[in-house]
Amino acid sequence: MAPRREPIFLERETYRRRRLIDAVRLLPLVGVLLFLGPLLGSGAAPRSTALGGLYVFSTWLGLIALTALLVRWLARAPGGVGSDPLEPDAAPGGPSTRAGGGAEPDAR
Amino acid sequence: MNSNVLISVSLIYVAFLFLVAFGADKRARAGRGAWLHAPIVYTLSLSIYCTAWTFYGAVGYAARSGLEFVTIYLGPTLVMVGWWWILRRLVRIGRAQRITSVADLISSRYGKSNLLGVIVTALAVIGTTPYIALQLQSVTLSLAVFNAHEPGAEVRLSTAPATALWVAMGLAVFTVMFGTRNLDVNERHHGVVTAIAVEAIVKLVALLAVGVFVVWGIAGGPADVARIIEASPISDWQINGGRWASLTFLSAAAFLTLPRMFQVLVVENVDEKQLATASWAFPLYLFLMSLFVIPIAAVGLTRLPAGANPDLFVLTVPLAEGRDGLAMLSFLGGFSSATSMVIVAAIALSTMVSNHIVMPVWLSLRQGGASMSGDVRNAVLLSRRVSIGVVLALGYLYYRFSGGGAALAAIGLISFTGIAQVLPAMLGGIFWRGATRVGAAAGLIAGFAVWAYALFLPSFGEAIFPAQVMADGPLGLAWLRPQALFGISGLDPVVHALIWSLTINTMLFFGFSLLSFPTPLERLQGAQFVNVFEHSQPGRGWARGAAEAEDLLIMAQRIMGGAEAQELFRAQAAAQGKSGYLPDTTPEFLQRLERELSGSVGAATAHAMVGQIVGGAAVSVEDLMAVADETQQMLEYSSQLEAKSEELARTARKLGEANAKLTQLSIQKDAFLSQISHELRTPMTSIRAFSEILRDGPPDAGAQQKFAGIIQDEATRLTRLLDDLLDLSVLEAGQVTLNIQRDSLRAVIDQAVAAAGTAGDGRLLEIRRDPAREEVTIRTDTDRLAQVFINLIANARKYCDAAQPKLTIWVSRQEGRLVVDFVDNGAGIPAEAQAVIFEKFSRLSDQQKAGGAGLGLAICREIMDKLGGAIAYLPGQGGAAFRVTLPADRARSGNSG
Amino acid sequence: MAKRIVIVEDEPNIVEAISFILSRDGWEVTTHANGETAAAAVRAARPDALLLDVMLPGRSGYEILRELRADPDLAALPVLMLTARGQKKDRALADELGATRFMTKPFSNAELLAALAEITADGA
Repeated sequence: MAPRREPIFLERETYRRRRLIDAVRLLPLVGVLLFLGPLLGSGAAPRSTALGGLYVFSTWLGLIALTALLVRWLARAPGGVGSDPLEPDAAPGGPSTRAGGGAEPDAR
Repeated sequence: MNSNVLISVSLIYVAFLFLVAFGADKRARAGRGAWLHAPIVYTLSLSIYCTAWTFYGAVGYAARSGLEFVTIYLGPTLVMVGWWWILRRLVRIGRAQRITSVADLISSRYGKSNLLGVIVTALAVIGTTPYIALQLQSVTLSLAVFNAHEPGAEVRLSTAPATALWVAMGLAVFTVMFGTRNLDVNERHHGVVTAIAVEAIVKLVALLAVGVFVVWGIAGGPADVARIIEASPISDWQINGGRWASLTFLSAAAFLTLPRMFQVLVVENVDEKQLATASWAFPLYLFLMSLFVIPIAAVGLTRLPAGANPDLFVLTVPLAEGRDGLAMLSFLGGFSSATSMVIVAAIALSTMVSNHIVMPVWLSLRQGGASMSGDVRNAVLLSRRVSIGVVLALGYLYYRFSGGGAALAAIGLISFTGIAQVLPAMLGGIFWRGATRVGAAAGLIAGFAVWAYALFLPSFGEAIFPAQVMADGPLGLAWLRPQALFGISGLDPVVHALIWSLTINTMLFFGFSLLSFPTPLERLQGAQFVNVFEHSQPGRGWARGAAEAEDLLIMAQRIMGGAEAQELFRAQAAAQGKSGYLPDTTPEFLQRLERELSGSVGAATAHAMVGQIVGGAAVSVEDLMAVADETQQMLEYSSQLEAKSEELARTARKLGEANAKLTQLSIQKDAFLSQISHELRTPMTSIRAFSEILRDGPPDAGAQQKFAGIIQDEATRLTRLLDDLLDLSVLEAGQVTLNIQRDSLRAVIDQAVAAAGTAGDGRLLEIRRDPAREEVTIRTDTDRLAQVFINLIANARKYCDAAQPKLTIWVSRQEGRLVVDFVDNGAGIPAEAQAVIFEKFSRLSDQQKAGGAGLGLAICREIMDKLGGAIAYLPGQGGAAFRVTLPADRARSGNSG
Repeated sequence: MAKRIVIVEDEPNIVEAISFILSRDGWEVTTHANGETAAAAVRAARPDALLLDVMLPGRSGYEILRELRADPDLAALPVLMLTARGQKKDRALADELGATRFMTKPFSNAELLAALAEITADGA
């Protein structure tokens, strides 16, 4: 399947990947905090739509950029973009337990 | 602008979409659909979230409420950005469980509950119908806008309902054509997805074009636009915190639960990688869709006359500026938004209606006669098509009878709130194993009821709830006022309904889940859903067509045998116009293969195996149960075989035993003949020798007398032997006459002990008895019984090898019958010999003992048989022990003790 | 000197009959009834002939014969076997073990004496 790797390297890669997944998990929380930020002003005085719009759209774009960045990193890591090293069948380099064929195209 | 041109352009556009869908379907069918798996197509297909309501309505919303419109996009953004939490799980579950709709997800999770399927389907139909009406309205309204710029507009306006009807019918045709062309195992519609991806681009380009025109064409760039905004009625951002948060949450919830969104997000997903890309690409799409909304609204409010409908600014601003081409593009964008939403919604709803309402009814009417798969297939297709027609007809009727207008404009959020009721059951179902069917049903029904009461029905105005009810509550119950439940007033109606319906929904969902107990199927499904990542594999990339066929061939060879499988695959490949052994995995081929395999392993197993390879789907619980059924049948069959072979084995064993016994008997018979010979010849030898001596000349008188005595003794011995043989043969032939008489058991034993004593060879045998116990009157052939006792006592005397031989005669009752035990203190009889001692001719050793020829115990057994009693060897008594069981009826005749 | 013979037989009446006949014929007779000790008795007595019954308490005549034939001193001892069973296989077994003569009971007294004379004449 995968070429033989130094075990320490594999460990570090798995560790990296888990932290990356932690970051991906945190994204919606970041989004909620950013998007609800305007509410914190207690709405005493009306604000400018133009400036508010600038805030909303720039944080929005920032969140999108951050997500894109993390997903790209995730996709580069072994095991594919959607797998979690903690989940049983996604261990990088682990044997496929699947009946009737390899789990990944590069397995054959 | 000529509306005929507009209609022509629309028709050309529709024809183009037909071609796109047709081409995509054809390519996908031919296995050349790799580009369909491009994440960009998936991302674009998600754009059906942006309906005409958002395409036109966002600007109108912004014109009324400023920035708040953006919450409708922020919710889905959060869901997409948080894909790792929910969507990844939903997509995996959808694939593993072959989920076909949101109703199927809920039904499947809660133990294939059809009740839940029906509830969710009803909810979806009720929530979506007004929404479809809204799309029809937007198309007719936008057409009307063009007509209004034309002479004779008043005449044209009256044709609006007809337009809506034509649009609805056109959409029905399109949806039926591409939504129900085939019954894909995975409910995927490549043609439709491609067409809506194209429409997504048209939408985006149209809105961006209008936006760019507004910012750089009308205004003088971003700074100028900012100035215009500052000067417009929406310059102040009047933020309503409750609405801002609620609407963000609501749009997030609806994004997950709307049937059409579920269809494109989960059902049409072909690869989990698509999701990762869409997690940022779709928010980007939404971002771009809303980027120019505020400028367009501000410019529209500034430039257009007061009273112009802000919902149509996207069209009217270009028109007012004389940009007919741009307006045309904008119209096509709105048209695309409306049609793509209606098409996908109709597909999703028709799947739900067909699977959860029509088919169960049809199948139950058929009374299980649906054995022909083609039969069911046609029925499903028909019911899908009819359902699509019905859904669109409902939308049209709603549009006609609601009369359009403002009532419809608000329906977007109302619809969102209704369908969001599915959220607790959905999230609870995929994260919490404790969620039960009862909880889900309770939550759904309660949430649905609150929504209908507090938001949906009041939206119809006074037709449903008179103003008095709205103001004072039904029957004057103020705490039941639809928009101020439990006395909480002053809330925005949508926020109010959302909070109450979801709160009550969630509480009941958890409460009933905690209180109820799930069925086994529910628990299994719950585990499968919650632990989906332990039970399933991630979707594979798309380099798999040939690999699939190869996997299938490998599996088929194992099951059908190499030659047959290869021939089948070769023939199928040839039928598809391919050479070699690997046909495309078309539904027809898979069906054929399943049929072939099911001949060997059963239909359910075959289906599960093929599904495992082709769909990457985990085997569902239903599959497992069907497999178990088949296995059970096979087990039963093989257990019957096993029983038969066991019977055979038993018979063989019996035969073997009989044979061994026969062999042993034959050996015994030889031994007996030998023995008889010996027993006869030994006295004969003495008799002959002495009689010759006497004949040759008598020695002396003493010797003569002695010799004569010996001759006599030996003759007596011969006689006794002959008597025994005769006795046995008579007993065996059943010719004995029993001489039944009453006597005391003690008397019989006395008689036997006395007789055995006299017949002894002088060895001393101590006999222990308890005469008191023997005082029982018996009624039997006492002479024969005594004969048995004599034999046993004599045996003890002969064979007991103890230094001081003792025999205990013990009378007792066992299981209501009188038994007499004869136990000596010798070595007893070896276990292997116990089985044969009662056989005649048997004799335990060559050792010659006085008087016996191995007939005694055989005679005893025959006698006891004849008397109706029994004699048996009693093992484990420390010596040879025989138990004589007296005849039942005769022994019961009285205890004189 | 009278020829000595050992009779190994457990039936007292038969022992008495044979003893009487052989004594009358001039044999010096020793009798032994127990199979267990018979071989030792024969070895001690060193008779000119042995009359051996097959069915004996403790040990069969065949086993006694086998043991005696294994002893080089007694390998040539004339042995007349007597049996009441008289089946073919008994005779075959006796021949195989080296019985000089085999007789089935009952027999005539003259037969017995003739047989004994014959086997001792050969051996002596």
